[in-house]
This record gives sequence, C-alpha cells and structure tokens, in this order.
Amino acid sequence: MTDLTLGRVTADRDRLLRLLQEYGVYLGVVVLFLVNTVFTPHFMSTENFRTQAVQVAPVLIVALGMALAIGSEGVDLAVGSVMALSTSLLSLYLGYGPWIAILIALVGGAVIGVANGSLIAFVGVQPIVATLALMVAGRGLALVLLPQLKDVHDPAMASLGSGDVLGVPYLVLIAAALALLVAFAVRRTTFGRQLLAIGDSRPAARLAGLPVRRVLILVYVCSGVLAAIAGVLATARLTASDPTSLGNLMELSAITAVVVGGTPLSGGRVRIGGTVAGAVLIQLLTTTLIKHDLPPSWTQIAQAAVIVLAVYAARERGKR
Amino acid sequence: MTTDVDTPVSAKSTAEEEPPGATRSERLSVLAQQHGALVTLIVAMIAASLSFDTFLTSDNLENMALSSAFLAVVALGMTFVIVTGGIDLSVGSLFALGGVLAAWGSQYGTAVALLLPLAVCGLIGLVNGLLIARSRLAPFIVTLAAMLGARGILLSVTDEGSKTYLVDKNSFFAKLGQDTVLGVGAPVWITLVLFVLGAVVLRRTRFGQYVYAVGGNEDAAALMGAPVARTKISVYTLSGLCAGLAGALNAAWLVSGVTILGSGMELEAISAVVIGGTLLTGGFGFISGSLVGVLLLKVIQNVINQIGSLDSAYQQVVSGAFLAVVVIAQTWLGRRRRVL
Repeated sequence: MTDLTLGRVTADRDRLLRLLQEYGVYLGVVVLFLVNTVFTPHFMSTENFRTQAVQVAPVLIVALGMALAIGSEGVDLAVGSVMALSTSLLSLYLGYGPWIAILIALVGGAVIGVANGSLIAFVGVQPIVATLALMVAGRGLALVLLPQLKDVHDPAMASLGSGDVLGVPYLVLIAAALALLVAFAVRRTTFGRQLLAIGDSRPAARLAGLPVRRVLILVYVCSGVLAAIAGVLATARLTASDPTSLGNLMELSAITAVVVGGTPLSGGRVRIGGTVAGAVLIQLLTTTLIKHDLPPSWTQIAQAAVIVLAVYAARERGKR
Repeated sequence: MTTDVDTPVSAKSTAEEEPPGATRSERLSVLAQQHGALVTLIVAMIAASLSFDTFLTSDNLENMALSSAFLAVVALGMTFVIVTGGIDLSVGSLFALGGVLAAWGSQYGTAVALLLPLAVCGLIGLVNGLLIARSRLAPFIVTLAAMLGARGILLSVTDEGSKTYLVDKNSFFAKLGQDTVLGVGAPVWITLVLFVLGAVVLRRTRFGQYVYAVGGNEDAAALMGAPVARTKISVYTLSGLCAGLAGALNAAWLVSGVTILGSGMELEAISAVVIGGTLLTGGFGFISGSLVGVLLLKVIQNVINQIGSLDSAYQQVVSGAFLAVVVIAQTWLGRRRRVL
C-alpha cells in the first residue's frame, strides 16, 4: 500500500518534471514577460514590442538553420561569418540592383553551406571542426571583399529594413514565414524525416539506404542560406554593411536558442516552436538586464548560465 | 561531441609506435602524421628565407618566437584536452581574462600577478571539467558557455572594457615578460620548459597513460580502472591554467592587460594541435607536434605579413583553408590505416 502510493507520487513528480522540461521554455517566456510588464517602465507599448521583435528576427532565422544542423547531430559554427559574408556581397553588388545583390548574397551563404556539408558528409570531418574552419575563412573572405563599414543607400533595402504591413515589420513577417516553412519541412517532408533519422543514428540511416550525404549537405546549405538571409535583413535594418562585427557571437546565440528550446544536442529531434520561444526568451532576458541598468557583461554571464542550465535539463530528459 | 562510430580502435592506439607487424604503408602513414608538420615547417622556412631577405633576421625570428610562445602555452593545455577526445573553446576568453587579472594584480606584486589569473582561470577550467565529466555535458557546449561567461567577467572587471590596467615597467613581473636570456625572450624559455614538462607528463606518467586511455576508448578505460572523470576534470583544469598563464605572460610582455585579445585564439590553438598530428577523435597525439603546429602557423602568418600587399583578412582565409586541408589529410591518413 505504501509502496503503491510512493510509486504514484514518484510517477507524478516524474511527469511534472518532464512537462517542465518540455514546456519550460514557454513558461520562462511567460514569466519574464510578466516580470517585465510589472517592473520595467514602458515595456507594454507597441513601440517596444516592435523593437524587440525586430531585434529577435535575425537571431531566430539563424537559429532555424542551427536547429536543422543540431537535429542532424551536427552544429554550424560558421553562421556568424556567413552573415558577414552576405553583407559584404550585398554591398559589393548593390550596383546591379537590390534583388540581384540579395540573390548573390544568398548564393554566397549556400556556397559556404556546400563547403561545410561536403567536409562533413564526404570527408567525414566532425561538424564542429569543419564549420570552425569555415567560420575563420568566411570572416576573412568577408573582410577581403569589403574591408570596412560601408553605408547602404538603397530605397528598396531601406523599406525592407523598416517597412511594415499593418504595423507588423517585414522583418518579423519574414522570420515568422521562415519558421513555419522550416517547421513544415521538418514535420511533413521526406527531407525532414531523413534528417531526423540521420540525427538519430547515422549508421542506421546508412544501412536503411537513406541518401545520408545528400541530406547532410542540404542541411548545411539550408543553414548557410538562412544565415545569409539574416545577414541581408540585418544590413537592411542597420542601413550599413559591417563585415567586422556583423554576426559576431551569433553562433552562440543561435545554439542557445535551439538548446533552450528543447532540441537535444544528441540529434534526432527538432523543435521549431521551442526554438522560436528560445530566441524570444534570450531577447527578453537581455532586455530585462539592460533595462534595469545592469551592464552588458552581465547579459553574457547570464546567457552562459542559461545555456548550461538548458543543456543540463536536456541531459535529464535524455536519460529518462 | 559525438563519438565517431566508424573510427576503429587501431586508429586510436595509445602509443604512436606502430604495432608489430605493421605494413610499410601503414608505417608511412603514421610517419606522415607524426612528422608531416615538421617537414612542412622546414620547407616553409627554407622557402620563406629564400623569398624574403627580412625573414631570417634576428629581429624577425625573435618576434616570431615571442608571439609563438603565448599561443604555444595555450596549445599545450589544449593538446591534453584533445587527446582525451574533448575540446576547449574557452581558452581565448581565459587568455584575455588572465592578462587583465595579471595586469591588475601586478600592483600587489609578482606573486599576485601570477597567482590570481592562475586561480581564476584554473577555477573556470575546473568547473568546465566538472560539468563535462560529472554531468556528462558536451565539451563544446560547456566550454562555449565558459567562453561567453569569461568574456562577461572580463568586461565586468574592466568597466565594460573601458579600463586598461598597466603593469609597472620596473617590476619583476614586467621583467618576466620582457627580459632576454642569451638573446632569447624569457617567455620563450618559460614556454620551452613547460613543453618539456608537458611531454614528460603525457608520455611518462600514469596520468598521461590515463589521458590516452580516456581518449582511445572511454568505456574500456573505465573497465581498466582508469579514473575517467578525474582525468577529464584534470585536463580541463590544466587547459584553463595554461590559458591563464599565457595571458599573464602576454600582459607582462605588453606591460598592460588588453581586453580585446584572445578572440579566435581557441581556433588557432586547436589548429596548431591538429596540424601537429593530434587526432581530434582523441587517443592519439604528441606534445612536440603542437609546438611544431604553432610555429608553422606563425611562419605562415609571417610570410603573409611579409608579402605586405595582403592584409590580415587573407591571413584568416589562409588559416581556415589550411585547417581544412590538414583535417582532410588526417582523415585520409586515418582511413588508410583503417583499411589496412
């Protein structure tokens, strides 16, 4: 009798813990939102929401690609450099019209993605090392193309950066559309299923006859293109190309958003909803600290703590 | 990180000596892995000295030796970490943090200037190790967090990077960075001594055996009775200590703690170790190789600088491409051995 009750209590606690781990990120967003509503002056204003959403959009877009890479049991450290490369290419080719320049910028991201993917899929280099090499080389390439900051004067780019539809900025709409697209790709397409299978167990996927190499390359191309899109949008918002600092530490923020959102580093699972919430959580955390006059350095320390906590929680989930 | 299921035990043999009965091409690939970097270094140095009159001048060599010394100390700790199959991305931040703490501490004497960075960076390394070994978190994510956190602490210590701490030029601590012995800078001597110590520890002590065993096959090491967790904690602590010490020596050399240093250094250190023949999958590697790897990187950077018309951006492109080439070559050599 006692054993039975004890068993039920443990089971209840287990379920509660699992729910918390599963939906903790959403709870975190809600709590931070409420805290800010009460304690941060001018938090509840359309203007503020707009600013926050526009700031989170590029991080989210990069994080979507990162979620795919992590889902395939990899990681893409080159995303920050891809952003820098895309802003350089954009500035370089803006003379041919904004759309051609944007297209070239996205192709640049795809090329880096192919390089990453080939090193990983064909040569068998670990993702962290392959993308580390491309991270350094990519930033160098961006600086070779455009050695210093350059202002972007282009009406189309300006409207892309600051325009809106019914008060919702283009940036936010694009980010939302891409999130839906990636979520759809993961859940409903063959590519998505193959990607998860590969992330679960690469040898098993290979034995099952899945096109492992092609899927892996496609994963890193997606990540590269998404990072390039983020680079273009960030350039449009800042109306300047700054290959030195654009995308710095972006890989870190993206990995944090993905991991906090509940996608396990061990691959085989991708949670896009969680990734969106994760990106929002980091943004709210940063805002909370900055709006209460805590120095930016604290934000970094807090973000580091959040990463470790999230990974720690994920570990418990994996064990169960 | 993930363990590569395809990597056979043979590619992770704990000693670099080939097993008895190895075929000739097997021996050749081991030799290429061991001495490829050294041969490349010699060729690069000959080519550079023939191409540029300024390359073999004592000034240039001294500069290269000094700038190699700091990176080499970081790479020394990194070698231990990589041999266990791990990775430490926090060294760049710890290098910068160590430098700033040393410069701040130098006003209280040389002992504080050296012990403070060692204590703080060693502690961060210890926390890395504890999280990785005891909680079984992925090394790259833990040390990535540490990289961010240490940078945050650094900014916090320096009023968001606005404050620069200077080292008194006449203090013993500054001499440690600037004096020369027999025409060679003190940091270079210190680095050489540390490398000899490191090589002895890795090759001749029980701890070194454990480091190889953990990297070769963790489960087998545990079954053998090797203290897996303690070994991992030790290597990350060691890596933190090395990065902190390198930062302190660098601060003594520059007579100030510069906050913006060290970004990208983790990559340079990893590259040097990998170029030196240590396998990223763990279980195989040597200390001397890392020193050769550092020198090779610095010679290449120096050549790019000598060409002059190429700016530092090309340097990044070249080092990234170089790392990729080396890793491809390594994988290829490893694969040859697997086939045989």
